[in-house]
Amino acid sequence: MTTHPDAGVLARYAEGDPALDEANVWSVETHLETCADCRGHLAGHAPDDTLALLERVAAGIDRGIADGPSPVPRRRAWSAASRRWFVVTLAPWLTMTAAVLGCAVLLQLGMPELPSLVLLLAPVAPLPGVAVAWNRRTDPAWELIAGTPAAGLGMLLRRTAVVLAVVVPLLAVAGARTGAPLALMLFPSLAFTAASIALGALIGVRRAVLVLAAVWSLAVVLPSLVTSELPVVLHPGGAAGWALAACAMAALTAARADLFRRLSSGN
Amino acid sequence: MRTISAAETAPATYAWAVHAEQLRVKAGRHLAVDGLDLRLQTGVHGLLGPNGAGKTTLMRALATVLKPSGGQLTLLGETVSGRADLRRARRGLGYLPQDFGFYPRFTVREFVEYMAWLKEVPKPAIPGAAQRAIERVGLTAKADAKMKTLSGGMVRRAGIAQAIVNDPQVLLLDEPTVGLDPEQRLDFRDLLADIGVDSCVLVSTHLVEDVVAACTDVILMSEGKLVFQGGPEALIAHGDQGDAGFSPAERGYSALLRRHRGGVA
Ligand SMILES: [Zn+2]
Repeated sequence: MTTHPDAGVLARYAEGDPALDEANVWSVETHLETCADCRGHLAGHAPDDTLALLERVAAGIDRGIADGPSPVPRRRAWSAASRRWFVVTLAPWLTMTAAVLGCAVLLQLGMPELPSLVLLLAPVAPLPGVAVAWNRRTDPAWELIAGTPAAGLGMLLRRTAVVLAVVVPLLAVAGARTGAPLALMLFPSLAFTAASIALGALIGVRRAVLVLAAVWSLAVVLPSLVTSELPVVLHPGGAAGWALAACAMAALTAARADLFRRLSSGN
Repeated sequence: MRTISAAETAPATYAWAVHAEQLRVKAGRHLAVDGLDLRLQTGVHGLLGPNGAGKTTLMRALATVLKPSGGQLTLLGETVSGRADLRRARRGLGYLPQDFGFYPRFTVREFVEYMAWLKEVPKPAIPGAAQRAIERVGLTAKADAKMKTLSGGMVRRAGIAQAIVNDPQVLLLDEPTVGLDPEQRLDFRDLLADIGVDSCVLVSTHLVEDVVAACTDVILMSEGKLVFQGGPEALIAHGDQGDAGFSPAERGYSALLRRHRGGVA
């Protein structure tokens, strides 16, 4: 930094002159570490055999790079692979949901005297998908995943969001075709989705889905088919109540997020 | 080669990598781990015990996959029993379950990288970490083969690769040598010794000889309780010529179990 070593000393250093004493070598080295100019001069003083050696090494490295396997492309294949797996697993269930909703639309258009089947089925429409999305039987790597820091409510919600991203548009289309009010198509299905997750914290999502679907079928769907009348909860005034229920269930789930971190025996 | 981060060289703030006190864990309705006390530090620990001793249930509890029904469990200084947040402890864990499932259409690399992502390895570091883990288990040639095309031993090695991909400070391997041929077993012992230099490794196995050859510390479990913990020589010292077994270690193993059953009955 202060004074540059003179050209003679630098040349002797480059040649590895044994007469250059240790203190000098040391001070030259300390200076070289911080001075790019002198490093440049040093290269000029290098003896021919050193330059030839460096040349050979550089050529060898270049050859090695050219002949060796090319570097693995830095694509995020795992991300695509995990999405592919999820889609393949989910597809049959979502197709089934779509088919059932389609039948309900056709039935309703054909027999307008029946209570709206589309409205009756809408609350439970996302449930098959939700059950499959969070299930040790459909996810082979369940135990491996259950022990990772990423496992938990966040992962369950991401998977549920994928299910809803497919089911909600289906419900909207079915509602539009049959003239059912959109709010009564969406809020009950969201409330039931949130309820299956909240109850799932305690007994496992799959069992929660079975319980909720059974209760809904027996307590609401069956009686309204028998009486040919829509239940009070599906009258146009009920939408706000469903929205409230969805929020309450979501809050309940968030409060017990820790329950989703383990391998629950119910899932 | 890889650069070592400051976090890796920072001194540990806990006394034991694994610390269980009066740990109780249920497998279904059955109390498979019943009041177990265990302290593990850096090194390779072999977990031995007869079938039904509770080894797998203990492994699952240590992997934070099962919630203990009682007692205290601390991993890397973080409490993981009760309602604790498991995230921090899990980042330092590697776990290979006994029967582990995988996605058959994934390649080995996709599988290991996906697990690295779930273990919250920083995204730019994932490809390198996965490649290194695959090389360490000797699967480089099969890195881009689909999981479903692998033999049993290769699948197990892929499982070990995902377990070590995040350089865990606590590595839990449940029967990792099943399906490995004798040569791969020897390689695996070297890998264990290598990882055990600066991590706490717990290997459950039913092969007494594996433990004596590869472990610095032996843990013997029976009926959900700790029966013995000590070096392989101490295990051998417990055996007499009259005890069942083909080797000194096996005789020590059966002597300890016999004495434990005698004491309980
Ligand atoms: Zn200079």
